[in-house]
Amino acid sequence: MRMGHDLLVTLQGDLDDVRVESVERLVTSEVARTHARGALIDVSGLDVVDSFVAQILVRLVRMVGLLGTDMAIVGIRPAVAITLVELGVNMQDVTTALDAQQGMARLRRMRADSTAGIDHDHHY
Amino acid sequence: MITTTEDPATDLLAATIVVIGGEADLLRVRSTVRAYAGQAGLGLTATTRVVTACSELARNILRYATGGQGVATIGEAAAGHSRGVQVVFTDGGPGIADLDLALRSGFSTAGGLGLGLPGSRRLVDEFAIDSAPEGGTRVAICQWRR
Repeated sequence: MRMGHDLLVTLQGDLDDVRVESVERLVTSEVARTHARGALIDVSGLDVVDSFVAQILVRLVRMVGLLGTDMAIVGIRPAVAITLVELGVNMQDVTTALDAQQGMARLRRMRADSTAGIDHDHHY
Repeated sequence: MITTTEDPATDLLAATIVVIGGEADLLRVRSTVRAYAGQAGLGLTATTRVVTACSELARNILRYATGGQGVATIGEAAAGHSRGVQVVFTDGGPGIADLDLALRSGFSTAGGLGLGLPGSRRLVDEFAIDSAPEGGTRVAICQWRR
């Protein structure tokens, strides 16, 4: 789904490894095709995120970042968050937010921060 | 899938055997463990933890065991008034040469994150592993209702 200049991707159901990898490819090409400035990946529909899925998500954020698009992972369920921490998955350099709305706000802030130093002409 | 009932030898009240041999079996293991966790009355966090641990252990079989073949025996566990879910993973793979090393976070022989074994051990209440070079690997885990 497209939201203006931003892309919202919703993951749902029980994903096997092949499907997760195809999501990674699809999202990367969709970001490139639409020239999205920001992208949100909503994982609130996933009741399990194991180390493999987490690894792919982190890799996706980095790949999309190389294309110049800020990405945030939103909607990690509390039980999944606890599990990821205990599992030892490192998601420190990944932007996360409670839900899509807060994720959008965070992306906008990131954008404002990154342009603030260069562009002094914009008005609010 | 084979379902057995009341096997006193293993303390399993009811069990389901999932033969692991492909990607789709990962989902089968996860949904079966979830069903047993529900039956045992495990809470959401305990369920998520045990399902995630089983996902890691089933993936280990797909990745490391000979031909990616193995078996997961998923069952109810009972001790006194306590109830839980018990899962035993067995494979006839090459075995693990250095168990201490394999249980250390960040160690992987297959380019993974090295979180599978140490991570799943942290996620469950009980974790036992047996492995012999060329003799396969057996991992038994248990998660109890709080």
